[in-house]
Amino acid sequence: MTRELKYFEALREAQDQCMALDKRVYVMGLGVPDPAGIFGTTKGLQEKYGANRVMDMPLAENAMTGIAIGTALTGMRPVMTHQRVDFALTAMEQLVNQAAKWSYMFDGQHRVPLVVRMIIGRGWGQGPQHSQSLQSLFAHIPGLNVVMPTTAHDAKGMLIAAIESDNPVVMLEHRWLYGISDIVPEPMYRVSLNAAHVMRAGTDVSLIGMSYMSLENLRAADLLAERGISAEVVDLRSVRPWDTATVLASVRKTGRAVVADTAHAMFGASAEISATIAEQAFADLKAPPVRVALPEYPAPTSPALSANYYPGAGDIAARVLTLMGREVDDAVLAPAKGQNHDQPDPSFTGPF
Amino acid sequence: MDVAQKKDLYRKMLYIRTVEERIAALYPDQEMRCPVHLCIGQEAAEVGTAMALRGDDWVVSGHRSHGHYLAKGGDLNAMMAELYGKATGCAGGKGGSMHLVDLAAGFLGSAPIVGSTIAIGVGAALSAQMQGEDRVVMVYLGDGAAETGVFYESLNFAALKRLAVVFVCENNLYSVYSPLDVRQPAGRSIADLARVLGMESHGADGNDVEAVYALSQAAVATARRGAGPVFLELATYRWREHCGPNFDNHIGYRDETEFAAWEKRDPLRLYADALVGCGAVEGADLVDVQANVSRAMDQAVAFAKSSPFPDPACAAAHVYGEDFEGPS
Repeated sequence: MTRELKYFEALREAQDQCMALDKRVYVMGLGVPDPAGIFGTTKGLQEKYGANRVMDMPLAENAMTGIAIGTALTGMRPVMTHQRVDFALTAMEQLVNQAAKWSYMFDGQHRVPLVVRMIIGRGWGQGPQHSQSLQSLFAHIPGLNVVMPTTAHDAKGMLIAAIESDNPVVMLEHRWLYGISDIVPEPMYRVSLNAAHVMRAGTDVSLIGMSYMSLENLRAADLLAERGISAEVVDLRSVRPWDTATVLASVRKTGRAVVADTAHAMFGASAEISATIAEQAFADLKAPPVRVALPEYPAPTSPALSANYYPGAGDIAARVLTLMGREVDDAVLAPAKGQNHDQPDPSFTGPF
Repeated sequence: MDVAQKKDLYRKMLYIRTVEERIAALYPDQEMRCPVHLCIGQEAAEVGTAMALRGDDWVVSGHRSHGHYLAKGGDLNAMMAELYGKATGCAGGKGGSMHLVDLAAGFLGSAPIVGSTIAIGVGAALSAQMQGEDRVVMVYLGDGAAETGVFYESLNFAALKRLAVVFVCENNLYSVYSPLDVRQPAGRSIADLARVLGMESHGADGNDVEAVYALSQAAVATARRGAGPVFLELATYRWREHCGPNFDNHIGYRDETEFAAWEKRDPLRLYADALVGCGAVEGADLVDVQANVSRAMDQAVAFAKSSPFPDPACAAAHVYGEDFEGPS
């Protein structure tokens, strides 16, 4: 029988198994041992492993990141958690100047086996400072490994691989993925930290994305299939390094690329991927690459203002139809029945 | 303290002074193509603290780290080769003067973002605590670091967890050209700040090497027995410019009078006079010491100059660990 776990349960199991296997692994973050346990991802771990290995911390993200780096340099394997990406910005100095550099600037004498989990918020009015998707900030930095697992299966396998990696890994977890189930084997397994995954094969267009946008790409592929268009869905899984070979192979096959990012377009991951496609697969393109991304303003709070903020499957499908010279019918852009734009499902309500 | 220990304190200070003065003399040749932050004038604070450590204790430092590296036993040849950008440098030419490392000597590393390595040193002490080791971490910082957020965050956590850290703040009165009185309120010492953050804290004359050594021995013992971190604020003075080989008393941010007053309190001359005065050594012994350290520096410079440059093909190496295949 294949076992299913939700994304948040898969993350918890990954940490549980890594801590059971390796005494060097410890978890820290604000609220790690609290009753909610970082949306369930660390729930029960302190009871099992004690307060020294599953620790709460002062509201001092920058120094605590440096302290985690210091432990990583001297034989430990820290897993640090931020309840929002936005909070990690106070630790950019340590992440960019120190975590990303100690291997390089000391010529390989140091390793930084650090994992920093950051949660991307969305919906229920979380607004400008609780909803940012900042992968491109981290992905700009050589030395960081930036991953964004989409499925519960990959969440477990990539978190285990990240904890076992000797590199600093920033793992961005989209809050809207937490409640989604997938087949997750119980034994420990690893998923590559730099390989994309073709979620669905197709021939007419490549829908490239990551994290929650890969799910929107799958839904878009359904909408397109209903209209006779065969879409290939490529889930990046890692944005630094990113798997150029898999992406370019897909685009060379289909001749069309739509890149869907959870972040803004300008200077973002979708820009980097589109530029690489244009540079390296131009001769195979039947149309220019297309980016689907957030508008160039912060996430608004009011449901009235956020209604059109996040592009979804309909927008992606519409862009493909336009790209292929087809009519965009009203049904493509119609919102899914019974769904509010600021909730992934009716169980997702505030406050958080 | 016996005569051998006293002579060792003096020898280490003279060693650092000799290295730094030679760097200053050679720097205009433009063969050391990286910034250098010389610690001439601050040797007593550096030697007196580091001599209280065990070989397996750890040290982290900031931009002005030559003295800390050498006092902890860092390899001189590797340091000089690093300044010359050579393959034999302690960081293979990737780091330069601001990124010294000698893991065998317990010198974990230095980095020039002021305040940043305070947290890293505290993390090393957290490792020691988690691993059940009784090693102490010495974290070197300057007066400017006491203005950074990471200073407060790090000291708070070290106090919270009673980590085995000795924080050594060399207060040399200036952050680049900015004097202390435009950066911190008058009448409030950095040692006081550390005390209210929850740790034992002392202020002392950083140019009196025996006093610094005695204070450091007590601080290291306190930290090692698990009684929590200790903070030392050591008053001292940087003789040369912030970055580079020159004197800069004429450019307007400090003056000759102030410099002359500190020069009179040269930690080396004070200690040499004390040693000879009390009959512990004879003047001729000190000349021998000078000859020995000069010879070591001659050899280090020759080693650095004759070493090969790193292969340009290595420029992209070690961005990631060896376990990681793939594009960077």
